[in-house]
Amino acid sequence: MNIKLKDIGPQLITVLAVVLIFGFFTYNAQVNMENRGIDFGYGFLSQESSFDVQFSLIEYDGSHSYFRAYLVGLLNTILVSVIGIILATILGVIVGIARLSPNYLINKFAAFYVEFFRNIPLLLQIFFWYFAALRALPLPQDAEPLLGVTFLTIKGYFVPAFIWENFNIFFYSVVAAIIAIIVIRINAKKLQETQGKQTPVLLISIGLLLILPLLSFLIGGVRLSFEVPVLKQLATTSFIYEGGVSLPPELIALALSLSLYTATFIAECVRAGIQGVGKGQKEAAASIGLTPNQVLKLVIMPQALRIIIPPTTNQYLNLTKNSSLAAAIAYPDLVLVFAGTALMQTGKAIEIVSITMFTYLSLSISISILMNWYNKKIAIQEK
Amino acid sequence: MSKINFLKPDKSNLYTFLYLGSFLFFVSVLDVLLNSFFSLNLTGFLPDFLSFLLPLIIGFIGLYFIRIELSGIKQLDLLNKHINTNNFNAVLSLLIIFIILKSIPPILSWFFVDASFAGDSKDVCTGSGACWTYIKVWIRRFMYGMYPNAEQWRINLSFIALALLGSVGYFATDRFKKYLTLYYVVIYPFIAFLFIFFFISGGPVFFDFSYGIIAAILSIIIGFFIPSKFKFYYFLIVPFGLYILLKYFIFYEELIELGKLDGLNWVETGAWGGLSLTFIISFFCLIFCFPIGMAFALGRRSGFPLIRYISIGFIEFWRGVPLITVLFMSAVMFPMFLPADFFIDKLVRCIIAISLFEAAYVAEVIRGGLQALPRGQYEAAKSLGMGYWRMHIFVILPQALKLVIPGIANTFLALVKDTPLIFVVGLLEIVGMLNLAKTNPEWLGFAMEGYVFAAIIFWIICYAMSKYSYNLEEKYKTDR
Repeated sequence: MNIKLKDIGPQLITVLAVVLIFGFFTYNAQVNMENRGIDFGYGFLSQESSFDVQFSLIEYDGSHSYFRAYLVGLLNTILVSVIGIILATILGVIVGIARLSPNYLINKFAAFYVEFFRNIPLLLQIFFWYFAALRALPLPQDAEPLLGVTFLTIKGYFVPAFIWENFNIFFYSVVAAIIAIIVIRINAKKLQETQGKQTPVLLISIGLLLILPLLSFLIGGVRLSFEVPVLKQLATTSFIYEGGVSLPPELIALALSLSLYTATFIAECVRAGIQGVGKGQKEAAASIGLTPNQVLKLVIMPQALRIIIPPTTNQYLNLTKNSSLAAAIAYPDLVLVFAGTALMQTGKAIEIVSITMFTYLSLSISISILMNWYNKKIAIQEK
Repeated sequence: MSKINFLKPDKSNLYTFLYLGSFLFFVSVLDVLLNSFFSLNLTGFLPDFLSFLLPLIIGFIGLYFIRIELSGIKQLDLLNKHINTNNFNAVLSLLIIFIILKSIPPILSWFFVDASFAGDSKDVCTGSGACWTYIKVWIRRFMYGMYPNAEQWRINLSFIALALLGSVGYFATDRFKKYLTLYYVVIYPFIAFLFIFFFISGGPVFFDFSYGIIAAILSIIIGFFIPSKFKFYYFLIVPFGLYILLKYFIFYEELIELGKLDGLNWVETGAWGGLSLTFIISFFCLIFCFPIGMAFALGRRSGFPLIRYISIGFIEFWRGVPLITVLFMSAVMFPMFLPADFFIDKLVRCIIAISLFEAAYVAEVIRGGLQALPRGQYEAAKSLGMGYWRMHIFVILPQALKLVIPGIANTFLALVKDTPLIFVVGLLEIVGMLNLAKTNPEWLGFAMEGYVFAAIIFWIICYAMSKYSYNLEEKYKTDR
């Protein structure tokens, strides 16, 4: 009896405390909502939203529902996160490798970059790019074309739009190429393990990725044309580019600062990962006659990736969560559109904040499940 | 064959190549130097494209010529080893040298040469450089927010007092050293709270501050006569008890009258701001998030399933959501969860929200340290007959915390860098003040100066913190 009480006592007290706190909060919320005449419910999601969003990936205007507004915000969040993750990974890997370079200048340059961008708050960096740096760009009428057809102006970056004919055939050809590459890779690995033969996988992959889509142009009737942005006069001093795709300055500032900031952390992960592989591994691989490229590909990278991936996943999660700072510069992400404008209009604080938090929770959890799966796949197979 | 050999740098014709190579390298650097500092273009007669690339080509050939292995000249070997190992590295080194040379003049002229320092109005800022006059005029707002100028000595005094009280640990003699933990865990936060909340707020609550100080001093004096066995519980309870006693039962009526006579002016928390608010929030969140995080780290490793699941739920929830939504929650949703007549100050709500948020991260870091300890430590402690709390306080936590100093420091660093986010609930610390100042119609167009100024301040704070944590790590590194 005594032992049982010792086991149950602390748990009972903790659970009781948690239940009491939650009960207290719910009770108060009920009383408060009754007093103010607010009813609880998610019915507002299907109502007409009657506000506009500046930048959206799907068709949206004031006549659509609040749920559609939520989707617009979510897609914008995902867009900026994906751009940020790709840029941060590329930059982070380059800087991380540069940190290990025997070249003194490159090494110090990379170290300077990491120490500089890591120690300044992200919000300050976003403000800096948005309010100070991007405001120094030229007006649309004064902009010099970059790469001939794109225009970087104070009102955003204007690039040509792709206009496809029979896009689905092109899409299928790319998918087919990717599947073929995966099959070839698996076979190549088997060949390597059973017979020790090396296949030039990279060359074949690049070839497939080029040839199959090219075939779709020649045979499948796919056509691609460009719509180049053209300067248009709105008023005597007001110009804008029409046609093409415009990336708003908010998106550029946000993606730039998110990737510059997160890249410093990824660089440190990459450096730690490569340093974490023992020197003996490299020497052993070289002593059995592998070429430097093979050493890197077959010995160092598989081991380094095991160390690099878990902390890098964390950085991807951080980037996704940090993208919510978009609200500070009015990039219409989930927080600004939904927890900002929609909350102001409906006054449904509890519902909207809880949906927003739940969305971020599920985004985080899905990225971490994906990465855990990958991590498990490449983990050491211990017997 | 001989022709190729002639072009290949070798030890046999060392000095020919050395002089030629150094000359070419020197010429390329000189060209860029003249170009960037005096805007002279030596190669202007060439086509644009060639003139742009020429220094790189000349420098590359120069570096190729002086790449002589084992030349026997010490400096040359060092140079080759560090920046000139192969063609690729040579090009990268040259590029970096040129970028640095090219970027020094514009940066220097923006920061110093063309910048305006004097005066106190926008009119003096006519040059192309930075307008530091803007910072000079607004410095009080950036440091203290909307806090009245005449009262700012209170913030300064509080910070100085807290710094002095915080440094007690360095001067404590051995006799008092054993009470230091108690001091830092209970007494110091108590006094800090009194100073920052009551002293800086002023007004009627200023007398709360004096009660608190009296309570703290009295309890320390009485504390000397308490047997050391009960000291911990004594200090956990008595200062707060004394404070309540003083406030509600003894001095209340009399001092309220006195307070109306010559108390400090009341400054509401909405007026606090600037860098001092950054410090205040970081300080309190730092103090609060550590014990909460430790509790949840232990909870997550607890043998009781219910406690473990509650801890996991807490940690994963806070780690899964962005801080900005947490602050939103504290601003718009939290008041709904409280009784209607119960009001919590906005700043306090922010501090609670940030503390809980960071506590989840601290918990994960500490859990890492707990997991890294070998099982033998737990078993040894248990075999000595130690209970759960004794085992953790005397054996496990000291070792685990030592292991996670870098992780904790990183979390605290993240905390300091996260404080500007409080602007979403309308509190204006330094970044918020900058945004306010740049929209002032008299001072339009100086956003850059403001952000650079704040960036320098934050960079110094964060860099100092990370270096300090590195030192701490070295200091407590014990061979295991």
